[in-house]
Amino acid sequence: MRGKTITATLAALALMLSLAGCGGSTPSETAAPDTSGSSEPAPATETPTEEPSQDYAGIELTVWTDETRNAPVTAAAQTFEAATGAKVTIVQKNYDDIRSDFITQVPSGKGPDITIGAHDWLGELIANGVVATVELGDKTSDFEPVSIQAFSQDGQVYGVPYAIENIALIRNTKLAAEAPATWDDALAAAKEAGTKYGVLLQVGETGDPYTMYPLQVSFGAPVFAQNDDGSYKAELTLGGEPGNEFAAWLAEQGKAKNISTSITYDIAVEAFSKEQAPFIIGGPWMIDSFADIADQLAIDPIPSAGGQVAAPFTGVQGFYISAQSTNPLVATDFLTNYIATEDIQYQLYQAGNRTPALTAAAEKAKSDPIAAGFAEVAKTAVPMPSITAMGEVWNYWGVTEANIIAGKQKPTDGWEKMVSDIQAAIDKAQ
Amino acid sequence: MADKTEISPPMWNSKTFSWGFVVKLILMAIVNALGVYICFFAFVKESWWIFGFMLVVLLLLDYVYFTNKHTLPMKYILPGVIFLLIFQIFVILYTLGVAFTNYGTGHNLTKDQAVSQILSSRESKVEDSKGYPLTAIQQGDQYGFAVIEGDTVKAGLGAAHNDAGNPINVDAAVISEAPEEVPLAVVEGAEFSGKKITSVPGYEIVPTQFLVKHQQFFAKLRVPVSDDPTAGSIRTTDMMNGFEYKSTFSYDGTNLVDTKNNVTYTDNGKGSFADETGHAIEPGWQVFIGFENFTKAFTDPTYSGPFLRVLLWNIAFALLSVISTFLLGLFLAAVFNEERVKGRKIYRTLLLLPYAFPAFLSALIWSGLLNTDFGFINNVLLGGAEVPWLTDDWLAKLSVLGVNLWLGFPYMFLICTGALQALPADIKEAAKVDGASPLRTWFSVTGPLILVSTAPVLIASFSFNFNNFTLIYMLTEGGPRFTDVSAPVGATDILISMVYQISGISGQGARDFGLGSALSILIFIIVAVVSALGFRQTRKLEEMI
Repeated sequence: MRGKTITATLAALALMLSLAGCGGSTPSETAAPDTSGSSEPAPATETPTEEPSQDYAGIELTVWTDETRNAPVTAAAQTFEAATGAKVTIVQKNYDDIRSDFITQVPSGKGPDITIGAHDWLGELIANGVVATVELGDKTSDFEPVSIQAFSQDGQVYGVPYAIENIALIRNTKLAAEAPATWDDALAAAKEAGTKYGVLLQVGETGDPYTMYPLQVSFGAPVFAQNDDGSYKAELTLGGEPGNEFAAWLAEQGKAKNISTSITYDIAVEAFSKEQAPFIIGGPWMIDSFADIADQLAIDPIPSAGGQVAAPFTGVQGFYISAQSTNPLVATDFLTNYIATEDIQYQLYQAGNRTPALTAAAEKAKSDPIAAGFAEVAKTAVPMPSITAMGEVWNYWGVTEANIIAGKQKPTDGWEKMVSDIQAAIDKAQ
Repeated sequence: MADKTEISPPMWNSKTFSWGFVVKLILMAIVNALGVYICFFAFVKESWWIFGFMLVVLLLLDYVYFTNKHTLPMKYILPGVIFLLIFQIFVILYTLGVAFTNYGTGHNLTKDQAVSQILSSRESKVEDSKGYPLTAIQQGDQYGFAVIEGDTVKAGLGAAHNDAGNPINVDAAVISEAPEEVPLAVVEGAEFSGKKITSVPGYEIVPTQFLVKHQQFFAKLRVPVSDDPTAGSIRTTDMMNGFEYKSTFSYDGTNLVDTKNNVTYTDNGKGSFADETGHAIEPGWQVFIGFENFTKAFTDPTYSGPFLRVLLWNIAFALLSVISTFLLGLFLAAVFNEERVKGRKIYRTLLLLPYAFPAFLSALIWSGLLNTDFGFINNVLLGGAEVPWLTDDWLAKLSVLGVNLWLGFPYMFLICTGALQALPADIKEAAKVDGASPLRTWFSVTGPLILVSTAPVLIASFSFNFNNFTLIYMLTEGGPRFTDVSAPVGATDILISMVYQISGISGQGARDFGLGSALSILIFIIVAVVSALGFRQTRKLEEMI
């Protein structure tokens, strides 16, 4: 969805290979030894727990991570190894492969004990019965509530969160002095600045509903209905009058060339870094690309297009424990007492710029105005639905939006057809 | 692996010692070392199929390469046969096996694993239950927990059950009867400091080492909080804190019962437990479902319409790709085969360049070049035109064919150059003597001869392009999406990319490996039939000349 770069290419390659075998044999992965590749030395600075150290000699934990998170997880693992005598094998994998590999490998007993993952995998992981519950106990209150909520289903917690991410409006303060309240204000500000683009919004030919979601919500058309406790139910709410209004708005903006399917992630990021637009809608992962204009960035709430608050999705990153782990107790100990520490969560923040889920680490990160800005926008955000029905939504959502923007489908017809197609797919999957 | 330096292998002895034998010995030593290594690890991991297969292969290899008795042909065939078994036969059989099941999202586990998951995820923490500092204790060979509650220590003994609901002992082995449970009760005289219990009269503290070694047992151990069986029990997830849990589901070996709402769920025969209204609970498990996956593409109205359209485009795409690349390749080969053309070598090298880049990279670059607003083609070559190369149904098809022509013609150029150079010069000479014009010579002599020698390549190229997933996925992702059908399929989707999308392997929508496998097998059959027919035609062509 975002950051489609060479990784996506490689991921697709790997997928093709696995397609050739139809998910058959176990893919071989290279176990990265703790010493290799981690550019930063991992100092075992503080002993993270006052609890008497356990003696886990002879126990082996396998943890799946990806490239960005390898170093901090390795640091936590080394502290854990030193304190307990257990051995932790870190396997660095391509992030895009982890979800499907975890689902296929856990039932065979060959999966890892722990894997990193995003909270919106939860529905699928639960439906496939591959993830174990985690009891955080008193530690629950140390985390940002939204992060725990994201990893919960039916009152059970299934993962240890470490980071919260969401998109916001990134503003070039030189080109626009004030934060725009509405979409039209933003376009007007851009016109005044005389830039090539108004608000940069990555769409691509298959659409990017994640980035466009806040604008959709501002019309009052969230994707699913929510229960009282904030969890989602498989009841579509993106249709109806608000949905059609959003679709009509998309068509209008597409016609006026304010939004275009030709704008991909790479094009948008490049244009913003070259100061060709005062605004871009995006997440903290973009910030590194704006190093040249780093001192003129501000993070603002996303301007409303339909009158209501433009609330983005929150994604929560965390760690899952395999349902078939042979070391469930040690794995839980590692996550709750060694990963859920201020030090490691802050290191993870530095590795990916995502706001820590542990409140203490989040406070520390907020000394950076960029992180504080994203965290401020996160207050209005809602967790991205993790129920299995969401998978069917992705299948139709972006393409329809792209078609409406490009004028290939009539807004109302296209949107209503999309809603009925999604409904049919959900009904079929039940 | 085959030792080709030796034509009639001698028995090894000092008289017939040769360097060929040394090479063979080294190669076989490597093969044996690798084989023994695999056998060893398969044995340790208890993968008996791999162990058995590897052992048989190893013995067979040693027998064939170290004896002389009628094994000469086998020396050449055996390595190929082994790789055929592993990389082709096994994969096809495995795919076939999956195709008859409902393997996919929600049906990922075995039945036992599914039951265990349902039970453990329906076991919920009693509200407001705070964590108790906990220590594992034992009395004889029975285990339990001691917890600190306020100033007192409570202790009790429990039982553990495996995935299938059978009682297990500390080594996780199934036992016939669960030990009698002793609910938590206050123990006088127990000592603790901070959160650590140091002694409990009547019980022994379980050593940490032992605890860690048997953690699967202790993770499943439940100690009831009181005599009332519905009151819940204590469990631990980290060996330091105990929580009070209550199970809302029970399993009697055939049915699942929701004890809270009093609903009985029975096995619905489709790999799920369902109540009377048909509402199934997650997760389910894998079951055999027969031909359902195979018929789905034709009977399910969501798929049957687009399936036919995709099939037609797929055949057209493969055929047109072969024809266009072949004609261009042949034309260029003929041109650069003329000795009158200067600098042929340079041209030939340049023409091979598209072939030298990885296809997926070229396809990605082309998708950038063809971008409507920012692409090089529209912006520079066409002076700012806005031709929707990849977003209009027909233009996208044209673009796919065009890019494939660019990717594919160097290969055909190579093949045709080779075929042209292999033609004996006297045939052309003879045609000339007979008074045929150069054009006539081309169409009646050179052309047919080249067709005979390149026909197998054309058939192979057809099969390759029939499943040319890389190009489609990297260039258009199958798009632009059809706006008049409900399946997530697009105008440039070929069968394999359609399967990738609708079986959820792309990561969008529910995964259905069963459906994906079944459709892959259908594609395999189509390609096999077309290739077989093609080869038969080639043979006829050969006989004609």
